[in-house]
Amino acid sequence: MSSHALHPYHGTPHSTRFPFWWFWPVLIAGAWWMEDTRAAEPAAKKGAIVASNPFERPLPPQPQGAIDNAVFAQLARLGIEPAHVCTDQVFVRRVYLDILGTLPTAAEVRDFLLDRQPGKRAKLIDHLLQRDEFADYWTMKWCDVLRVKAEFPINLWPNAAQAYHRWIHTAVRDNLPYDKFARALLTSNGSNFREGPVNFYRAMQSRTPDGIGRTTALTFMGSRAEKWTEAQRTEMAVFFSRLDYKGTGEWKEEIVFFNPEKPLKAPSGKFVFPDGSTAPLAPERDPREVFADWLIRPGNPHFTRPIANRVWSWFLGRGVVHEPDDLRADNPPTNPALLDALEKEMVASNFDLRRFFRTILNSTTYQFSSIPRSEKPEAEANFAFYPLRRLDAEVLVDALNQISGTTEKYTSPIPEPFTFIPEDQRSIALPDGSITSSFLETFGRPGRDTGIEAERNNRVTAAQRLHLLNSTHVRRKIEQGPKLQALYRARGGNREIIDALYYTILSRAPTDQERQAALTYAKQPGIDSRAAAQDLAWALVNTAEFLFRH
Amino acid sequence: MSLHHSDDPHLWNLESELRMFALDGPPVSRRTVIKTGLVGAAGAMLAHSPLARAITPAPAPAPTVNPKAKSVIQIWLWGGPCHIDTFDPKPAAGADYTGPLNGVLSTNVAGIQIGELFPLLAKQADKYSLIRSMTHGSNAHETAAYMVQTGRASGGRDVFPGVGAVVSLFKGYDAGYKGLLPPYIVLTELQGRFSESGFLGPKYKPFATGGDPGQARFVVEGVVAPGISDERQKARRELLHQLNTLERATTRGDARLGAFGQCEQDAYEMILGDAGKVFDLSQEKGDVRERYGSNTFGQSCLMARRLVERGVPYVTINHKGWDTHKQHFQIMRRKLPELDRGVATLLEDLKSRGLLDSTIVWVGGEFGRTPKVLWEPPWNGGRNHFGRVFSTLIAGGGFKGGHVVGSSDARGEEVADRPTHPCDLIASMYELLGIDPEARLPHPEGADVRAIPTVAADVQRGGRLSEIM
Repeated sequence: MSSHALHPYHGTPHSTRFPFWWFWPVLIAGAWWMEDTRAAEPAAKKGAIVASNPFERPLPPQPQGAIDNAVFAQLARLGIEPAHVCTDQVFVRRVYLDILGTLPTAAEVRDFLLDRQPGKRAKLIDHLLQRDEFADYWTMKWCDVLRVKAEFPINLWPNAAQAYHRWIHTAVRDNLPYDKFARALLTSNGSNFREGPVNFYRAMQSRTPDGIGRTTALTFMGSRAEKWTEAQRTEMAVFFSRLDYKGTGEWKEEIVFFNPEKPLKAPSGKFVFPDGSTAPLAPERDPREVFADWLIRPGNPHFTRPIANRVWSWFLGRGVVHEPDDLRADNPPTNPALLDALEKEMVASNFDLRRFFRTILNSTTYQFSSIPRSEKPEAEANFAFYPLRRLDAEVLVDALNQISGTTEKYTSPIPEPFTFIPEDQRSIALPDGSITSSFLETFGRPGRDTGIEAERNNRVTAAQRLHLLNSTHVRRKIEQGPKLQALYRARGGNREIIDALYYTILSRAPTDQERQAALTYAKQPGIDSRAAAQDLAWALVNTAEFLFRH
Repeated sequence: MSLHHSDDPHLWNLESELRMFALDGPPVSRRTVIKTGLVGAAGAMLAHSPLARAITPAPAPAPTVNPKAKSVIQIWLWGGPCHIDTFDPKPAAGADYTGPLNGVLSTNVAGIQIGELFPLLAKQADKYSLIRSMTHGSNAHETAAYMVQTGRASGGRDVFPGVGAVVSLFKGYDAGYKGLLPPYIVLTELQGRFSESGFLGPKYKPFATGGDPGQARFVVEGVVAPGISDERQKARRELLHQLNTLERATTRGDARLGAFGQCEQDAYEMILGDAGKVFDLSQEKGDVRERYGSNTFGQSCLMARRLVERGVPYVTINHKGWDTHKQHFQIMRRKLPELDRGVATLLEDLKSRGLLDSTIVWVGGEFGRTPKVLWEPPWNGGRNHFGRVFSTLIAGGGFKGGHVVGSSDARGEEVADRPTHPCDLIASMYELLGIDPEARLPHPEGADVRAIPTVAADVQRGGRLSEIM
């Protein structure tokens, strides 16, 4: 039976006329039970399953495919017990957040949990990879790396930041293969307002050949050229020594171009690629093209490895080489076989990043629960569980808005040209790092100063806790947000309100114990049911479970 | 980096280092680190964390001997106030320069005159000095604000931390600051990240109060929640603890969950504990509040005094609205009297409470404004950005009052004498605060960065402000 047949209100997830969740608990409890018994050994008893937590399946995980084989082999060698696979409830929330940077709605959670067909996880992954938010979210990630920002210290200027963002967004949406993506950025010429990718060469504080070389190494080779030898850096700089910039009659417009009049000079008597091989530079040819062709040449580990490792770190919280943009001989991978497997997969994918994402997302390793089953210190660096990570600033505020049905105000320090920011702007889709809010600043949105991944800071601070626990900003959303208000008025009483809030905020059903705690809270003398419902919503928003990807 | 070697002498301090950074929640558990002894993978894994920064070329975050100054109140006039309408009047330059504000006031220090809209500051000139030869040459807001507050040139890969972040590094929690109030507070809004923590990261960002101290109740964002009783606060916190299913399921612990819990405790110290009461301005007598001026700026000055009184090392009042390309003189007539009242009262109040000797008060913006009034359209009597020369007021914390440092030319267009660069002022403040200018800042990639740029760093400077120290 399809979930559509079961759910007459499918497609109207925000309807307030019907308490659309009214008969879920029974069905979903069934689905959850089914999932777990299907996976369970015959000896497993239903009671044992119900008594466990809502986060992990009861049985040990099984590897499936080359990536898992590499991870499991290493874990076995180190004597680390891997986490169990996460439950469907955890999975649905996790993949929405990881693939779309977006919380699933209660209806989306319900649809997934009630789907009883085999392979529904893979099906959901495929579905999410095609959603519009995919392009928004991954454009945001790339804009961090590519430093898309109008103002200080990058100083692209608003029209140029918008053009740059638009180009990246189109490339992500249309799934431009990563090698072509890199080549386009490296070889572009033209106006910063019209040719988005030329802004790659403007989005850095130091626009000298050496500075551009360092930025290029960081962006595409995952390497900090500050740690190279002086000679290597000088050789790298040659590829950008004939790049030029000129103004036009239009305010802040700038043309980035190959200037053949600039001399081609070999510092050490010959032209050399970063791997030491000879570079066939010629006076009539743009050296950037020669460099780009070397870079994306099939089998170039300086290109394949960094991107494979970077993507892995995006989904698993850390690279096989960590930091993902600090690859060097004396920073070895924690699991060389895993890095090899990822590299092979990247090559087999022909740099189709969606396909590469899909492989990782379908792995057992990615689907581990966040609850470690080993106290060994090496467990995390060897991917023995899914690491807790605080939601990105943008994702968090979008999630709060989605739950409550509210919006944010964003501002940019630049008065002109005015950047129009629509009322319902989602934070993950902001086109320019200079457009911001105090929430985004407080929650560690990266400055996009350098393109180094660690600029994004997802550590929890006391100031952030204050904001979520007690600010008027969050309080207004919880007390006055139209979507939450509709839930507080739910027909059927406290039980239904509790379930609806759990599905909306934590993407799962409450456990019996949680439901009981919430019911008891609502029965206290001196608190009306509306205040009790608000306090429950407040509490759920303030749980670690809400605040962390888990 | 020496992280891979287990004979690293810093290793022995590991436990205390970890405790120090517990709030930051390094992405590994304490046990993880202790067990591995920082070899191999775990060492590499830690390489970027604040923990690693503390272990490797860490600064010695203990200030040097007997600092004169304990705190800084930075009154930041975002937008760039005009130097000749404020602290460097040029009545002789004529109406094209002075506009309608052609009067000057003599102060209580012979020989020092200031703008006509500063009658109260004129009576306090013995408490402050004026630097009339500030210069950096940039006319762009962000770049200039960055230069003035970091003492660095812009460009290069790094974004350096501002003075407030550096002070909160050397006088905040890392240096034994025990206060529950954050060591770096901004009233009321952040000014923009470049002037704040730079590469030091969010740990050294200021706490922005939000709200408006000029209102009957100063609702500090996150600290004060009108309409929610303490009982309800406690009850729902209890509910939250009952619903922490994920923490309970994580039976083997997780450093991030530990840090999360600690942050919650700290937050409730502010919400329910005594720490948050500092923001309750109704505890001040009515006439004190009035003396500061019944407006946002004046009450911010009072708030700043309350904060330094409780030992907060760095308070910024982010006072906006000085970017007066148009309607310049109308705006000056409104804003300067407020500034006059707030700053003059603050200096007087700090003095009478014995706090001025230990509190640096620094008043200024990112640049001055074009000395020659722009009468033509579209400005119609406005002033544009001017980074070539501008003025700054500095008082307290060991800076002498009643002096003028440097001068501009007859029309306020060039430095005439003793160019003073942002770096000079910042280095002088650090000296009084007991911050070693040679102290290393914890750079995420281990680069050698000092509190004050080294001579090799190619930053312009005119030298220590010895005239007033």
